[in-house]
Amino acid sequence: MTKLVIDNGRVIDPANDIDSVGPVYIADGKIVSVLDKVDTFSADVRIDAGGRIVCPGLIDLSVRLREPGHSQKGRIQSETRAALAAGVTSLCLPPDTKPCIDTAAVVEYIKDKAEAAGFPQVYSIGALTQRLDGSELSSMFALKAAGCIAVSNGHAPLANLLILRRAMEYAATHDLLLMYRANVASLSGKGCAHEGAVASRYGLPGIPYAAESIALAQCLELAQLTGCRLHVSQISCKQSVIKIQQAKKYGLNVSADTAIHQLHLTEDDMQPFDSRYHVLPPFRAQEDRHYLREGLARGTIDAVVSDHQPHDLDAKLGAFPETEPGIASLETLLPLSLQLTRQTGMSLTKAIAGLTQKPAAILRLQAGALTPGFKADVCVFDPDIEWRIDEANWLSAGRNTPYWHKTMRGRVTHTIQGGRLVYRLADSDARERA
Amino acid sequence: MPKHIQLTESGRLKHFLTIEGLDKALLTEILDTAESFTGVSEHQIKKVPLLRGKTIVNLFFENSTRTRTTFELAATRLSADVLTVNIATSATAKGESLLDTIRNLEAMHVDMFVVRHALSGAAHFIAEHTAPHISVINAGDGQHAHPTQAMLDMFTIRQHKKQFDGLKVAIVGDILHSRVARSQILALNTLGVAEVRVIAPKTLLPARVEHMGVIALQDMREGLKDVDVVIMLRLQKERMNSAFLPSESEFFNCYGLTEEQLHYAKPDVIVMHPGPINRGVEIASSVADGERSVILQQVSNGVAVRMAVMTMVLGGYGGAA
Repeated sequence: MTKLVIDNGRVIDPANDIDSVGPVYIADGKIVSVLDKVDTFSADVRIDAGGRIVCPGLIDLSVRLREPGHSQKGRIQSETRAALAAGVTSLCLPPDTKPCIDTAAVVEYIKDKAEAAGFPQVYSIGALTQRLDGSELSSMFALKAAGCIAVSNGHAPLANLLILRRAMEYAATHDLLLMYRANVASLSGKGCAHEGAVASRYGLPGIPYAAESIALAQCLELAQLTGCRLHVSQISCKQSVIKIQQAKKYGLNVSADTAIHQLHLTEDDMQPFDSRYHVLPPFRAQEDRHYLREGLARGTIDAVVSDHQPHDLDAKLGAFPETEPGIASLETLLPLSLQLTRQTGMSLTKAIAGLTQKPAAILRLQAGALTPGFKADVCVFDPDIEWRIDEANWLSAGRNTPYWHKTMRGRVTHTIQGGRLVYRLADSDARERA
Repeated sequence: MPKHIQLTESGRLKHFLTIEGLDKALLTEILDTAESFTGVSEHQIKKVPLLRGKTIVNLFFENSTRTRTTFELAATRLSADVLTVNIATSATAKGESLLDTIRNLEAMHVDMFVVRHALSGAAHFIAEHTAPHISVINAGDGQHAHPTQAMLDMFTIRQHKKQFDGLKVAIVGDILHSRVARSQILALNTLGVAEVRVIAPKTLLPARVEHMGVIALQDMREGLKDVDVVIMLRLQKERMNSAFLPSESEFFNCYGLTEEQLHYAKPDVIVMHPGPINRGVEIASSVADGERSVILQQVSNGVAVRMAVMTMVLGGYGGAA
C-alpha cells in the first residue's frame, strides 16, 4: 500500500490534544506517526501542507445519498464524491431510502454500492420501525448484524410514545444507538417555516419550536426510563439546547447534533418564497441560533452535521409550501464551520472536534483522530482559499443551497481515506488564495 | 420582500403580487386610477378600449365566485379577451406541475395571468417563472396576500373618510388564515393610518403579529374604542373543527359585531367585510345591512380597482412612478 507523508501542515487533532506544525506519516492504511519525525520513512507520496491545516477526516452523522430509490436527486457515486471533496471520510446514511433500510438486503446493497463508488465508510442507519411506518419494530438485531451503526425513524413519526418506549428498550437490548429527530407531528402539521414573525408576515404555515422541544422532553424521559443510548439529531431551537443541557447535567447518556446551516441562518435570512430556504426543522429565530452556537461552544451540542439532502430541480420548483425541504450541504460543511470560528471566536480545535472526535465518540468508531494505529482518514484544508460555489466546482447532484453563487472561504485540498489519497483539489483552484 | 419583482426598472407596476414594497405614491395612484374608472359601469356602453387586443387568463386553482367574477368583469370592461381556467378540475389534477401548466398557457400568447392559489407564494412563483412579457396579478395566494381586495378596501375607506391620516382601523376575526388581513395591514400602514388593531382570540392570531405593525387585542370593547373603520373578516367555518374555536355562538358572543359593540367605535364608523359574510357568526344582520355598512360598495369598487390594476400592469394607463 502507498506510504504518504503530509508535511509542514498545522496538525489539529482534538482527540489527541494536538495543535502543532509537523508531519503526519501514513502507511498500510494507518496512521504511523504524528509530529514525530520518522527518519527511515520512505514516502511514495508527499503532500506539502504548508499554510494548511491537517485534521482527521470529517465524520458526518446525516447524509442523504438518495440511493436506493431517489436516484434522480443523487447517487451514491455522486454524493460520496462530493463528500470526499468536502473532507468527509465517514458518513451515516439515514434509513429513509426507498426501500427503506429495514432489511439486511438493503444494507448489503448500500455497502456494495458504496464500495464500488470507492467510499467504503458509508454507515447505514437502520429503520427503527418496519417500513418506517412508526408502529412495528424493525428487526434491529439483524440490521445490526448486517452493519447498521444505529437505528432511527428518520423524519417519519412514531404512532405513539409506547412504540418509542419499546423501540428504545429493544435498541438498548442490542446496544444500538437510537438517533432521534424530535418532532411532534400534530404540532408541526403542514408547517414549512418557523412559527414566527416571518412566517406570519408571508402567510406560511408555521412550525412552533415546541413541536421539537416537547418531543425532545418526552424522548429524554424515556431514555432515562429505558437506559437507551440516545442521540438527538438536528436540533434547532433554544429550548432543545436547554433540555439537552439539563439532561447531561443529570447524567443522562445523551448526545446531540445540529445542522451547520442552523448555526448560520435564521428566519430573518430567508428570502421569502425561495425554496432553497425550505428546510426542516425550519430556520428559527436569532435567539435560537445564539443558543445553538452557545450550546456547541459549551459542548451541550456534541456534533455538527451537514444534514445533506440533495434534490432535483423539480423538487424545488413550485409554491414554497409544496416544495421539498432540505439543502445540499456537504460541500459547505467545512467552509461554514470555519466561518463560525471567525464570527464567534470559537477555536478551530473546538470546531474540528464537532466534526471529527465527537461524532466518532457518538458512533463508537475508532476514527475521528490521528492516533497511530487508527485508520488513516485525514482532511487537509486551506482556511484561506476563497471560492465561488457554482457548477464548475460543485460535485453533489443537488444544487439546492442558499449559498449558490456565494463566495466561501476555506477549502479542502486533500482527502485521505484509509490511507489512500482519494481527493485532491486541482492546483489551479488551490492557488486562488485570499 | 428583498428581491422586488413587481416593478419595472422605470418604476412601473409590472406585476401586482403583494402590497409589500410598494410606496404610498403608487398605492395612491392605483386609487386615483380606480376613481377614473368608477363612471364606466354607469355608462350605457360599459366598456373602454384600453386593453383591446390583450388576452387575460384567470387561473383559479382555488374556487372563488366573487373575485373571479369581478376580475372577469374588469377585464371585459377594458375590452380585453378573457379566458377563465378552473385549474382545480383540469391539468394539475392530472398530475401536471404548476410550472408546466403555466408554460402551456403562456405558449398560447397571453398577456396576463390572474392567479388564485391555495398556497402562499404561488403567484410569486408564477411571476418569477413566466415569460417576461406576461404580467401576473395575485388574486389571493394561500394565507399570504390578496392585494386587489386590500386596495378596493382602501378605495372604499377613502371614499368615506377622504384621507388616511389619523384613522384608527380595527380588523376583527380570523387574522391567522386571512390573506386579506395581511394585505390590508400593509396597505393601511403604507397609506399612513394612525393605528391598525387586530382583534381576535389567540388561536386566530399569527405568531408575533405585532411585527406587522399592528396592535393585537383580545377584547372587542377595547379594540373597537374610537375606531373609524371596522373590518370584519370571514370566520372560516371549516376551521371550527380544528380546535381553533369552541363554537360559532361563543365566537359571536366574544367577537361578533353587533349594534351594541359598535357603540364603542366612533359615531361615524364604517363597517366593512370582504365577504362572503356569515350572518350571526361574525356579524349581526342588523349591522351587515345597517347604515354604517359599506359592504356592497366594496363589491362595486372591486371592479374599478381591478380595472385600474390591470391597465397599470399592462401599461395601458397611468402607472408611472
